[in-house]
Amino acid sequence: MGLGVPIIIPVSKPSKGAAGKTGLWRVERPVVDEDKCIKCWLCWLYCPEDVITEGPNGFPQIDYTFCKGCGVCADVCPTKAIQMIKEEE
Amino acid sequence: MTLTIHDLRKEPGSYLPGSAACPGCGATLAFRIASRVLGPNTVYVVPASCFSVIQSPFPKSAISAPLYNIAFPAAAATASGVYRAYKMLGRDVNVVVWAGDGGTVDIGIQALSGAAERGEDIIYVCYDNEAYMNTGIQRSGATPLMAWTKTTPTGKREMPKDMPMIVAAHRVPYVATASVGYPFDLANKFEKAKKMKGFRYIHIFSTCPPGWNSPVSKTAEVAKLAVDTYFWPLYEIENGKLRITVKPRKRPLKEFLELQDRFRGLSDEQIEELEKIVMEKWNFLLHLEKSERVF
Repeated sequence: MGLGVPIIIPVSKPSKGAAGKTGLWRVERPVVDEDKCIKCWLCWLYCPEDVITEGPNGFPQIDYTFCKGCGVCADVCPTKAIQMIKEEE
Repeated sequence: MTLTIHDLRKEPGSYLPGSAACPGCGATLAFRIASRVLGPNTVYVVPASCFSVIQSPFPKSAISAPLYNIAFPAAAATASGVYRAYKMLGRDVNVVVWAGDGGTVDIGIQALSGAAERGEDIIYVCYDNEAYMNTGIQRSGATPLMAWTKTTPTGKREMPKDMPMIVAAHRVPYVATASVGYPFDLANKFEKAKKMKGFRYIHIFSTCPPGWNSPVSKTAEVAKLAVDTYFWPLYEIENGKLRITVKPRKRPLKEFLELQDRFRGLSDEQIEELEKIVMEKWNFLLHLEKSERVF
């Protein structure tokens, strides 16, 4: 019963960057000041985008490919160790 | 036992970065934390909501767990079927409905009520951003009094439905309210719900910066203030017994309202009236906490 129509099963596959490189949306970039950081990981906890991981030196590392620059991490940081810096052109 | 940040960091989540969610989305924040507690042995059912958009376009998905998208009114009914299908296969999985406030409070209430009455073994989660956000900020049954939406340009004149209490009136084993501003409280409620059997309901207050016109960076702050100003009390009803889980820090309601443009232009009398309603609700909850069974 070949109808000659390709059958596509509508199942999406999980993948990072499902909506593209969302880092391009960013207007301000969060930068971690490692001298002020006390590793409380509140930035990790409150990050809506799950882009904060533990870097090789044990401090929070931000994945700028997908960080949308909302600034929640900078807002919740108790020691103000995260600064929001304007993205250059 | 209560969960700490270290417990949460150890668990793998089901959310992948780079989704189509708006910056500062409260729903993804709630999902990130909830999925870490629920673990990989979980199947999600999502009715039409912001979360259908957040998953991103076909053929990619930002959610790494099995997820079933379904029509607006059918989430709880589908989840009941999914749970029973897995049961027939001899597998014990957490079946979780992840619905918005429209799919819970308005359109999905019939299926939800039916599933609660039958005592289906599912967790129903409503992430409540208090309007139909993904279609463009129309009022819903969960929109608070006097809040601006595109369909209530002069502020909503009706009271929102008290959904957690409506579900609690079905005498289900577990009902809880949560807020993305208090993630540990949220995580512990999911932990408790996961270990229970029967119909469990969690209602999450979830900030929506584009819809509420609040600063994008203040997602957590707004949700925290909602609790601290008594606007969104955090409680749980376990087998009929109500317990307030977070004591608000007694901040004036104005601080919460000022952060969001949807409450802009309220007169002092209107704020006073809102404050009175909010405190009435809080005193009612204090009263319920003393009683042996709420329902």
